[in-house]
Amino acid sequence: MKISMKVNGVDYENDIEPRTLLVQYLRETLDLTGTNIGCDTSQCGACTIHVNGEAVKSCTMLAVQADGATITTIEGLANDGELHPVQKAFCENHGLQCGYCTPGMIMASVDMLKNNPNPTEEEIRHGLEGNFCRCTGYHNIVKSVKAAAVSMKGGA
Amino acid sequence: MGKYIGESVLRKEDPRMVTGEAKYLDDIKIPGMLYAVVKRSDYAHAKIKNIDTSEATKMPGVLGVWTGKDFEDVNPMPCAWQAGGITNNANTPRVLEIDKVTFTGQGIAVVVAEDRNLAEDACSKINVEYEELPVVVSAEDAIKPGAPQLHENAPNNICMEWECGNEDGTDKALSNSDVVVKEQLVNQRLIPNSMEPRGAIAEYKSATEEFTVWLTSQAPHVHRLLATAFVFGIPETKMRVIAPHVGGGFGCKIFLYPEYCLVIALAKKIGRPIKWMETRSENFQATTHGRDHSTQIQVGASNDGTITSLKVNTVANLGGTLSTIAPGIPTTLYGRLLSGTYKFPNIYCGVKGVYTNTGMVDAYRGAGRPEATYVVERALDLVANKLGMDVVDVRKKNFIQKDQFPYTPADGITKGLEYDSGDYEKPLNKALEMFNYTQFREEQKKSRSEGKYLGVGFSTYIEACGVAPSAWVGVGGEGWGAGLWESANIRVHLTGKVVVTTGSSPHGQGTETTMAQIAADELGLPFDDVDVQYNDTLGTPFGYGTYGSRSAAVGGTAVFNAVQKVKQKALRIGAHMLEASADDVVYEDGKVSVKGSPDQAKTIQEIAGAAALGYSLPEGDEPFLDETAYFDPPNTTWPFGTHICVVEIEEETGSVKVKKYLAVDDVGNVVNPMVVDGQIHGGIAQGVAQALWESGEYNESGELMSGSLIDYAIPRTDCLPNLELDRTVTPSPTNPLGVKGVGETGTIASTPAVVNAVIDALAPFGVTNLNMPLTSQKIWNVIQKKGG
Ligand code: FES
Ligand code: FES
Repeated sequence: MKISMKVNGVDYENDIEPRTLLVQYLRETLDLTGTNIGCDTSQCGACTIHVNGEAVKSCTMLAVQADGATITTIEGLANDGELHPVQKAFCENHGLQCGYCTPGMIMASVDMLKNNPNPTEEEIRHGLEGNFCRCTGYHNIVKSVKAAAVSMKGGA
Repeated sequence: MGKYIGESVLRKEDPRMVTGEAKYLDDIKIPGMLYAVVKRSDYAHAKIKNIDTSEATKMPGVLGVWTGKDFEDVNPMPCAWQAGGITNNANTPRVLEIDKVTFTGQGIAVVVAEDRNLAEDACSKINVEYEELPVVVSAEDAIKPGAPQLHENAPNNICMEWECGNEDGTDKALSNSDVVVKEQLVNQRLIPNSMEPRGAIAEYKSATEEFTVWLTSQAPHVHRLLATAFVFGIPETKMRVIAPHVGGGFGCKIFLYPEYCLVIALAKKIGRPIKWMETRSENFQATTHGRDHSTQIQVGASNDGTITSLKVNTVANLGGTLSTIAPGIPTTLYGRLLSGTYKFPNIYCGVKGVYTNTGMVDAYRGAGRPEATYVVERALDLVANKLGMDVVDVRKKNFIQKDQFPYTPADGITKGLEYDSGDYEKPLNKALEMFNYTQFREEQKKSRSEGKYLGVGFSTYIEACGVAPSAWVGVGGEGWGAGLWESANIRVHLTGKVVVTTGSSPHGQGTETTMAQIAADELGLPFDDVDVQYNDTLGTPFGYGTYGSRSAAVGGTAVFNAVQKVKQKALRIGAHMLEASADDVVYEDGKVSVKGSPDQAKTIQEIAGAAALGYSLPEGDEPFLDETAYFDPPNTTWPFGTHICVVEIEEETGSVKVKKYLAVDDVGNVVNPMVVDGQIHGGIAQGVAQALWESGEYNESGELMSGSLIDYAIPRTDCLPNLELDRTVTPSPTNPLGVKGVGETGTIASTPAVVNAVIDALAPFGVTNLNMPLTSQKIWNVIQKKGG
């Protein structure tokens, strides 16, 4: 089946098997391996990306369902080599250890901050409950998101 | 100390991980690569009568289907740590089981196809004929007369029986005690769930008979050694093992798994590179689990709260076959820790390691030490409860005092090892200052009258990191089938840039950063001039890898020692360049200068340049600044601290809310406080999760009931409170950095703090013990039964 989509600003057109998951298409066809897979039950959020500007778990969607969509993955978040404030905040606040959950966590956080630029701690914890991290105990992830919110306000 | 040690230097690792540039195993693609999918047993205990692969073989894109019979020439996995000094009836898995399976999810066949989906399609067409056998899943049931027998060489399903301490003395002391508390404590099975599951890629070059293997590994050198020397019987030099970015391990990626060796064998058989990557569901079944102890304790005390004796009998479930170091966990890493921070005068521990029709149990973050800490810290509360004493008073009364170090626990339970350094009241007092205990007790009383149930729990734990020395832990001692030293090499290149290579194999711990801090400080160079390389047997010195909280205390010290060697040589070359005698120069701030004349100096960059060029060197010196150190510590390190947990229980639902969590840890000197705190946060989350939510459960037919992230409750963001951390610093005298280790601390300390808090909250209902996980349902039942 033929599909086309814009991923991180680049237009792609590919012929794929209809059963291909969006995450598989990104990782295997486009070689965008920054998006990780952590489960087979749509629980972990490691595969979170933006589809038409909204955070989506890319293992829950078939690639054909994203036909025509505009997609951003972790590889497309930095701007001209300049890290996104959320990426920077994760580095500065030790918001990651093994880094496996991190791309999904960052993509989910960016989306959350877009909808709620000034979240409370509770709102951050609630907003990220679909993203699992086994390393950090979430403490520094929450701290990173708070710091990102502050720095994004400063920048805007 | 220097400029970097002690500072929260940001991690070198992070930029590549926040951008998606970091390559984990499944991100690696090799031209011509095929995919393997393993067919797993549907039964927990069965004979394999026949495996029909004919339909699967005909499926599109399939290169072939193989069963265990095709790998009869491949040795079973080795069990590299058999409990020391006793017989272990070892049974280990094969790459694919041939005649019989002993737990659900064991590999029995494999499909190799052009892509993953095709391999999965074909795998579902394999037809297996089983003869079902009776199943036993609980270790206590497995040792009862008449229980189904798993292995011919293990009568009554017993792998080994191990003990430490003095049974007669402890029995006597128990019978002379004013009070004796008996309790059964269950430390339930946990499933590690690193966010990245396991995987392997293997490539074989027939012309040179060489393998390149990528593994999700915490210990690539160990994986190579075990695979080559024990499983395949080929020279170690014919295999290169690379651990790419590894997405967490928590112990479960230390071991040599059947699938790893299967992929290696297939790469040679087929002559094309092969990838295998497990799904999360497979990870639940086939990656190792942790804990699973059932323990009878008897603790004796005098009326004033002095503990006189602790007797512990544990049945440890090891699963259907032995994983790589399984017998070492409930023995050395458990029994030897049972004195905790206390001067118990009489101790005995007996352990039975038992086979059951369940997944393999091996080291999971803390590995034995959480189980020991749980026993000790629950025992303290049980005694306090029995005597109507305060839990803090009982702890203080029994603490080993700071002038007693080095301290050797009673009855030889540490088999000669002594606690290196400690001051147990210090973190407790600090924690009490942060917490305001007296006020809490008043609030608790008040809230009870309002129908709210608050509880506080303490854990004033000890643990053991960087387990050593090699002679103590090794074959002649505790049975670990190798050494436990660590290596580091330092090269200062012509440009003055430094490359550190280490046998440690970090996978989230930030060791790349902390090792660079150590090397930069000691050499007097900028942090950014130091590059740390690891995780590849090509280019790193042999080393034992990252687990057991050993990478700072053992690996970090190897880095420190290698730097000292570099400095010695730099001093000689610097003196030569300055035309001074080597005794007249000093190394300071990255320069070698003549004593008393700091202007007469050569920088380390100049010296490195001269050493690399080799035009003019001191008599007898070789070119290049390149030194290797192997550090075998004289002792284990012994971190300690106090964790305090406050919970609130909702009477109508039984749900537990962690309201406050406070930890004051003493892990010796700290190289990077940010990284150390991060380790503690993550550890606490896993320990709290054991207390409240997580449990690996099998039903009676040996089916894993908690086999997905839906049924197995790892904590989500909204499960945990903000954690309050502080520390005291009691340097370890066992290494020049004075560090102790921190990777497992949080997990070891936290579980009993949470359970003690819940039991405290439920005191009005007459509850003195409940076994984990303390789910709302369990608590609700207790409240219904005993309350009102
Ligand atoms: S991979 Fe786990 S939610 Fe998508
Ligand atoms: S950093 Fe390892 S899973 Fe989140």
